[in-house]
Amino acid sequence: MLFFLETVISGLMAGVMYSLVALGFVLIFKASGIFNFAQGVFALFAGLALYDFIAEDGWFYDLFGFALPIWLGIIATMGVMIIVAWLVERLVLRHLVNQEPIILFMSTIGLAYFMEGLGDTLFGSDVKPLDIGLPSGAWDYLLDTHNLYIEKLEIVAAGVAAVLVIVLAIFFQKTRIGRALRAVADDHQAALSVGISLRTIWVIVWSVSGFVALVAGIMWGSKSGIQFSLSLIALKALPVLILGGFTSVPGAIIGGLIIGVGEKVAEVYAGPFVGGAIENWFAYMLALAFLLVRPQGLFGEKIIERV
Amino acid sequence: MFYREAGQFKTSYNADQAIFTITQDKFFVGAFLLIAFGVVPFFINDYWANAILIHVLVYALAGLGLNILTGYCGQVSLGTGGFMAVGAYASYKLTTSFPELNFIVAILLSGGITACVGVIFGLPSLRIKGFYLAVATLAAQFFLVWLFNKVGWFFNYSPTGMIVSPPREVFGFLVTGPEASPAVRYLFCLSVVTVFALAAKNIVRGRVGRSWMAIRDMDIAAELIGIRPLEAKLTAFAVSSFYVGVAGALYFNVWLGSAEPTEAFDIFQSFFVLFIVIIGGLGSILGSFLGAAFMVLVPITLKTIMVDGMGFAVGAAKHVEVMLLGSLIIFFLIVEPHGLARLWQILKEKLRKWPFPY
Repeated sequence: MLFFLETVISGLMAGVMYSLVALGFVLIFKASGIFNFAQGVFALFAGLALYDFIAEDGWFYDLFGFALPIWLGIIATMGVMIIVAWLVERLVLRHLVNQEPIILFMSTIGLAYFMEGLGDTLFGSDVKPLDIGLPSGAWDYLLDTHNLYIEKLEIVAAGVAAVLVIVLAIFFQKTRIGRALRAVADDHQAALSVGISLRTIWVIVWSVSGFVALVAGIMWGSKSGIQFSLSLIALKALPVLILGGFTSVPGAIIGGLIIGVGEKVAEVYAGPFVGGAIENWFAYMLALAFLLVRPQGLFGEKIIERV
Repeated sequence: MFYREAGQFKTSYNADQAIFTITQDKFFVGAFLLIAFGVVPFFINDYWANAILIHVLVYALAGLGLNILTGYCGQVSLGTGGFMAVGAYASYKLTTSFPELNFIVAILLSGGITACVGVIFGLPSLRIKGFYLAVATLAAQFFLVWLFNKVGWFFNYSPTGMIVSPPREVFGFLVTGPEASPAVRYLFCLSVVTVFALAAKNIVRGRVGRSWMAIRDMDIAAELIGIRPLEAKLTAFAVSSFYVGVAGALYFNVWLGSAEPTEAFDIFQSFFVLFIVIIGGLGSILGSFLGAAFMVLVPITLKTIMVDGMGFAVGAAKHVEVMLLGSLIIFFLIVEPHGLARLWQILKEKLRKWPFPY
């Protein structure tokens, strides 16, 4: 029983990590209808940039002879992500307005390739341990009293995800920009006609998702170092998305939790019978089975089609 | 001036519906095929065959397959790598279990097996659409690769988990295995691809192809005019998977010679083929070939220029190459979202008028 509980909790925590990535997808999909495959690479890129700002062997240190303190490094990385968002809007999206979704999707894969190559060229491709002072190791109290093994980092990640969702919810519901974002998500043309600038909105929403990517990059980087495989967590976030619905922020969180738990439980209890390593596809199968019942995902908007 | 169809009168419906309605096109394609079949095999060497020609042909075939599904029927699939793996492993099992079986039959059978698998994974397309479907096909990708990696029966329990293509002959010529000559392998691939391209062109012009296009353009409207979505979508999945399966069999047997599922058929294969289709042109047979040539040749050219011409280290060149490839893809999507096939069409229009302004 205890083992089962441990499996479920570690699944939940893994799910939170997936949700962090999935959130970035949802934000962009809601505001521009673009399925941004580059989100995982954004997380990688943000992590690499942050590392280079704050580490002793980073670029920044080589150039100026000192490394930035962590908080300043995070702000500087955020600046980089905003510049990236602006460039993406300026150089890519602006020219692809009104194209088919698949074309936009392919362009984000091209973007992913580009960012990946750029990240490798600028920052090198070896694994970099990111340490910004987040706690690591097991949570002693639970280990002593209940013999439960839970990583501190995962608890922190869960807390950060919760804060992030609350901040985003407030941002979307209460601020002027948030209202504009929701208007754009509802109807591009109507939003344009009441004087909302699509271009500004896109830069903002890509910056926000760059911010989410930064958070995801920090979390994943603290967990397993910043490395190429970070860009592949985008693939892990996809089943989360279809389970939760492409357009729903709570969906991304709950979908992530379901996938995380399902994956871990299946791996531990069913995996040994079929040769293990089923984590890779189980999430997709779960999401697929789910879609057959609810084609728009758990919280997605109902798809209405007219001729 | 070059593409003037003046004086070429069509007197029957059949002539009007021919694949090549203009004499120049006929001539052009004929000359191209003549060179490909009659001249290239005499000059081919190992490098050209392996790195470029067979490479392009195999991916063109896979591109044709995906184009049928995505370009003609509008169902986005990211499972191409997985289906190629099915074709490869089916051909491996067939050729090793029945050594007497004709290689062509083995390849066609593995295409058939892939078609069956494709239909199974195509079933969700009846309920879900668009990106939801694209992600659902990823299930096929990951599941199939995992299956071929884990179940020993598929790779004949070889300790490394690799599959190695046994030497097989077609009409007395060795086409697979390390002994096969590049010219024979090239000609074999070329023949298969030519036949399949011709077949694809005719399928998409016929009743089935038109029902696919109706589904692609608007599935509800297509349903209202009496096209069965079940039938149309599943035939598209079947035919597409058949093509992809045959491409996978050629990819493994004739091109690679040996393969390992996690490397040779990973998700990036799926993206690569999808790029071929998009860059080449959705819904165009010619586009699959142009796209394959583009996606194969550009990285090779970039690499040659950077490593040999500018003296980059191989590792650094790889990163820059990925970067440039990404930006080229974006550039092409911006310049011509309808792909290289559309550019070719525009060029033909231009040639028609050139050098006159009107």
